[in-house]
Amino acid sequence: MTFLQIAFYVFSLVLVFAATMVITMRNPVKSALFLVLAFFSAACVWLTLEAEFLAIVLVLVYVGAVMVLFLFVVMMLDINLARLRAGFTDYLPVGGLVALLMVVELIFILNGDSFNSQHLPSPAAHGLDYSNTRELGSVLYTFYVYPFEIAAVILLVAIIAAIALTLRKRPDTKYINPHDQVSVRREDRVRLVKLSSEGSSERRPTEDQSS
Amino acid sequence: MIPLTHYLILGAVLFSLSVIGIFLNRKNLVILLMSIELMLLAVNMNFIAFSHYLQDVAGQVFVFFVLTVAAAESAIGLAILIVLFRNKHSINVEDVDELKG
Repeated sequence: MTFLQIAFYVFSLVLVFAATMVITMRNPVKSALFLVLAFFSAACVWLTLEAEFLAIVLVLVYVGAVMVLFLFVVMMLDINLARLRAGFTDYLPVGGLVALLMVVELIFILNGDSFNSQHLPSPAAHGLDYSNTRELGSVLYTFYVYPFEIAAVILLVAIIAAIALTLRKRPDTKYINPHDQVSVRREDRVRLVKLSSEGSSERRPTEDQSS
Repeated sequence: MIPLTHYLILGAVLFSLSVIGIFLNRKNLVILLMSIELMLLAVNMNFIAFSHYLQDVAGQVFVFFVLTVAAAESAIGLAILIVLFRNKHSINVEDVDELKG
């Protein structure tokens, strides 16, 4: 066995173990942490396929951003775990049966002649001067430039949607709107009132008389 | 070398595990979202394996787009989850039955 094979099988085992733990853990925080392990080992498996850029992107985007988001949300919510776990074992036979059937069928198909080493032999490894990132970029910015821009728009929509969904007005806080505060004019604050000076009609004249 | 079949079987096992996850944790919305992420990971695994063995970089470009859409999906999903929890103080799927579907 070469080093590449050993690495692939070790990381696949870790990946399957972590995926099993994600779906069976009682605590969602532990599930999220095992999902981090799963993404990490998937990135290592992708490295054996010479997809270096996507492996790094998986670690940066998923482990760095999405899973942190998951952890924040899970820790922010105060969840009643006992109610959520109810019926866990009831669904185990049905779910297990469906999944087992699925995986057996898939393995039956995949073990056929179409995908074996004769039809699709493992390609020769690229040289040291090969850059996966450059290869991907040269395609992404030419042939796939419109999908790339649409992906950017999707991310923008996601940002706006996430902010718009979670934004809420709280009437009980004493928060001051800086815009209103800065753009206030003199006329809004100062009110000049014309008062009839009552002293001038009664006291002042007497003072004037005394002097 | 590693045959393509092994990568595909790894993807199939991952996908089936996430299907079991959806069956088992069908009341916990957070773990449902995590299972969907695992499913997308399994699909991406197949994309990259075929891209490597067919020597075509288009598969990796598609993985790039799948990652983008999955990130957007999980961000919006978690935002909906937070709004749901704020309104109902629960993320149980059984409590979300206003539409009477």
